[in-house]
Amino acid sequence: MSDGWRRLHPLTPIVRGGRVTIAVVVVIVPSLVAGRRGGTDGLVQLGILALVVVAGLVNWLVTRWRVDGDDLQIETGLVRRRSVRFPLAQVQAIDVVRPGLARLFGVGELRLRMGGSSGGLARLAYLADREVEPLRTRLLALAHGAPVEDEVSPGLRRMVEERLVARVPTGRLVWSILISDVGVFAELVIVAIVVVAFVSPGAAVGLVSGGLVWIFSIVTLVWRRFNQEYNLSVTARPEGLHLRGGLVALTEETIRPGRVQAVRMVEPFFWRRLGWCRLEVDLAGRQRAKGEGQEARRALRAVLPVGRREQADALLDRLLPARPTELAPPPPRVRWKSPLRYRMLAWGHTDDCVQTRSGRLRRVTCWVPLEKAQSLRRVQGPLQRRLGLASVHVDTAGRSVRAVLRDRDEAEADGALVDLAALARAARA
Amino acid sequence: MPGADAGERAEEWRRPSPRLLRLRRLEVGVAAAALVVAGIVVLFVSLPAGVAVVACALVGGVLAERFVRRRFAAWGYAERHDDLLVTRGVMFSRLSVVPYGRMQFVDVTAGPFERSFGLATVRMHTAAAASDARIPGLERGEAQRLRDRLAELGEAQAAGI
Repeated sequence: MSDGWRRLHPLTPIVRGGRVTIAVVVVIVPSLVAGRRGGTDGLVQLGILALVVVAGLVNWLVTRWRVDGDDLQIETGLVRRRSVRFPLAQVQAIDVVRPGLARLFGVGELRLRMGGSSGGLARLAYLADREVEPLRTRLLALAHGAPVEDEVSPGLRRMVEERLVARVPTGRLVWSILISDVGVFAELVIVAIVVVAFVSPGAAVGLVSGGLVWIFSIVTLVWRRFNQEYNLSVTARPEGLHLRGGLVALTEETIRPGRVQAVRMVEPFFWRRLGWCRLEVDLAGRQRAKGEGQEARRALRAVLPVGRREQADALLDRLLPARPTELAPPPPRVRWKSPLRYRMLAWGHTDDCVQTRSGRLRRVTCWVPLEKAQSLRRVQGPLQRRLGLASVHVDTAGRSVRAVLRDRDEAEADGALVDLAALARAARA
Repeated sequence: MPGADAGERAEEWRRPSPRLLRLRRLEVGVAAAALVVAGIVVLFVSLPAGVAVVACALVGGVLAERFVRRRFAAWGYAERHDDLLVTRGVMFSRLSVVPYGRMQFVDVTAGPFERSFGLATVRMHTAAAASDARIPGLERGEAQRLRDRLAELGEAQAAGI
């Protein structure tokens, strides 16, 4: 099955320009209109504008894409022609992203996350809104190796097969961010600045201007969380969990159960009183998007930004059906080594899943499907040796979830290493 | 050997070449000797400072030699039916279990000093950044054998991510 070449949406250059477009509209256009014609300034500005427009137009003209058999092919470049083939069988997830400008113009971007340790990213930016959803469905079907069926209308099919699993009310999201670890830290900083401002305004100015970078990064962190997780809804679809939400930029993402490397549940200190938790998944090949920093790259995708245990359990049932029910506490002597962690530490396993719990003030629970374990490590530090303890690490291809059986009795750790290695082997086969 | 009973049957543990120990000792020796020479130069300027430097160099050299020896003794690897075991570390002792099926690629590196001793380091990479299956100080023939064997087993047992 091979289609003809197709172009992206004609408005692509404008949306791609993003901030530049806004700047042009806000700065250059009024000055051109207001300023007298003929001045050198006006000419220069006009020249820049024309250059940008032509560059965008050429870029759009030379970019084309098609679905060729099992591959998505994208060609771009005027002087140096680049043709990239993305094998659909390796697709980990297909996301739909709509930044603010894109929503304004009714276009959207398809992002195909590819597998592999280097994990490429195929971007189709931008497509018309009505094109996005059918293409996504089709690509996903091809990725599964399933034939495309279009007899039943997609809307009807969705109504039958979709089920809302979780939704996050805005009020709860705001509260949860306010009392999360980052939020509390941000509030403390603000309170400190206000207090300092009352005592000596001069020092406050110095503090703010000195720590501007830090303040800015905290604000972006909080904002990103809010922007990304606003109005998030999770539905169960036949192809996997479907996430949809966002404030300015709308994001749609499908998480296929077989692609989950690890799942993590975080319960910050203040959330535990309210029975709230946050559920995140770690996927292989979740690449950093353009403009995302180091911090964002390490951030995991929240399947449930904030919710109750029952909601988390319902989601976990879909992601990892066979979970351990009972966790073993560590030997009492661990209290001397990790007094804060002691109450949190625990682990358990079934035939195809390991669960570990740790954390000092917040409680972090990790699940790793043994099928995804890349390697196992038994590590023993000097203090652990004195106390006859050892830790076992379960390494995955994910980015930041660590399943560590921390501070277990030596004999237990050795036994776990043998058992888990055997179980992982069985799970892979 | 920690966790040496981690297999279905007793596995055969191999160690890096004794030449690695010689190389490490030589490194320590050269560093200590350089310090001693520096101390002797200082001796002409100020007697107590020079003596202190020389004494420090000698004591430090002896301690470092002990440490290097223990660290060398801690290295070991075993090829099992489905996975490679690697142990290392004195203070923080580690035992890694890396299934062949998880291997993405193997690389063999040899720095200038290693090369002059006819040694090489074999490293097996998986999709997880944390797994470290590194075996230094293998004799060239052994490094090549291990590389080929790992590549072959990795291909035969390859599993997806």
